[in-house]
Amino acid sequence: MNISYSECSARERIALLLDEGSFHEWLPPSERVTSPHLAQLGVPSAFDDGVAIGRATLAGRPVFVAAQEGEFMGGGVGEVHGAKLVGLFRRALRERPDAVLLLAESGGVRLHEANAGLIAVSEVMRALLDLRAAGIPTIVLIGGANGCFGGMGIVARCADRIVMSDIGRLAMSGPEVIEASNGVDEFDSRDRALVWRTTGGKHRWLSGDCDLLVADELAAFRAAAIASLDAAAPVTLAGLEDEHQLLSERLHLLDAPVDGDEAIALWTRLGVPAPQRVPELDPGELTRP
Amino acid sequence: MDWNTLATTLFGPAHGIAQDGDLLHGGVRFDNATLTVIGTTNHAPIGVRLALAQARLVLDTIAQHPGRAILLLIDTQGQQLRRRDELLGINRAMAHLGMSIDLARRRGHRVLGLVYDQALSGGFITSGLIADACDALPEAEIRVMRIPAMARVTKLPEALLTELSQSNPVFAPGVANYVAMGGVRRLWRGDLPQALREALADAPTEDRRALDGRERGGRTMAADVIERVLAAP
Repeated sequence: MNISYSECSARERIALLLDEGSFHEWLPPSERVTSPHLAQLGVPSAFDDGVAIGRATLAGRPVFVAAQEGEFMGGGVGEVHGAKLVGLFRRALRERPDAVLLLAESGGVRLHEANAGLIAVSEVMRALLDLRAAGIPTIVLIGGANGCFGGMGIVARCADRIVMSDIGRLAMSGPEVIEASNGVDEFDSRDRALVWRTTGGKHRWLSGDCDLLVADELAAFRAAAIASLDAAAPVTLAGLEDEHQLLSERLHLLDAPVDGDEAIALWTRLGVPAPQRVPELDPGELTRP
Repeated sequence: MDWNTLATTLFGPAHGIAQDGDLLHGGVRFDNATLTVIGTTNHAPIGVRLALAQARLVLDTIAQHPGRAILLLIDTQGQQLRRRDELLGINRAMAHLGMSIDLARRRGHRVLGLVYDQALSGGFITSGLIADACDALPEAEIRVMRIPAMARVTKLPEALLTELSQSNPVFAPGVANYVAMGGVRRLWRGDLPQALREALADAPTEDRRALDGRERGGRTMAADVIERVLAAP
């Protein structure tokens, strides 16, 4: 039976994605490490501040794992949440597991902790890049209902490997924020098809923003994570030059006027086969240039 | 402070920094060395184009001037809030900029951020916040989001957030709070060239911000939590 990744909680994902019974949690809910900022706002806190971290095995190999809980404040990164991620990454630098997995589901900075959350996300980014520089593979999995947005959308792109499902979303600003700032004509956040064409897993895979596209199934995420265990790719000047060229060329793909939908125009100009049909195809039916 | 006033104060009237739209760039002489200056002005929104333009300058400095220090002059209203930028992968372009700066650091370039006007969230996280250290002018403002928008997203009363922003370092936009939380290392007061001199001489290469936040009392839990994770059985 297929289990939906998106419908699972963070802890269910860990339990089902990693080897059975192998997860050992650090700072579990029993230790009640909670946010120091939420009480003054009258907002309930969580005993894990919305993220579970620890070590486990995957296909018998030692890994470290973090899973963000989208049900708690949209997976937003606050002071404690961010520090747990930083602690995990720094510990990985010391103990060198075979890989570090981040099951990301986050709106980015937890606005209830505003400034502290912003600094925390940047500390997470620095700590992740330390892992990458040390050659420890960092793998980000995105398939939760809340997507991966804001600063965490940047952090994800700093990792060695991104795995997404077609219902996963990866972006910077949420459609609601863009609509609130620049109007419904700029981005209609209730147009779900438009939202997914702009930020969804298929678009990200077709444009190379994620490495593997899977169905919304735990077994598929597990297989993709196992396949990514040796994905380490330290950042080099040559690699960044290649990335720069790719992004610069893509930027100019929309310079010419677009008649109709911009996403479909972009796929067409990227050379995606049958771009009009992309929204109706399953992940396994897509091909990218 | 106006960028040109700042540049003139730091490097003299023939400073050599050019403005190209919202982008600032140039090589400046300071204390018998050359610095690469990369920045933005006009409270620039950082979209794909401007993120790439800054990354280009960072990569050119790494390739052509190994070891040269980089000064990031920060004035941004945050990330560009446009659907097309999202379609084009603005988060990837931002990550590219951040990783370019990070590579410069790792290759021995001292990278220093200076918030001279205002800094908001997405435009800041892959500039000053990824530098070796980020400083600020005392009159600068740093925030995550403006209060009305924050109230809308969090569904908290605007009055409550306004009240908290007067007193609570987590919500208040003043740079002094960022110093207390460790996100900004220090404020530049008085003799600005001397402040730059000191900043360049003392740019830590490890991330000290959680430790600074604890020592300064503005962010008391982050360092403890990191240490607990490192020590957990």
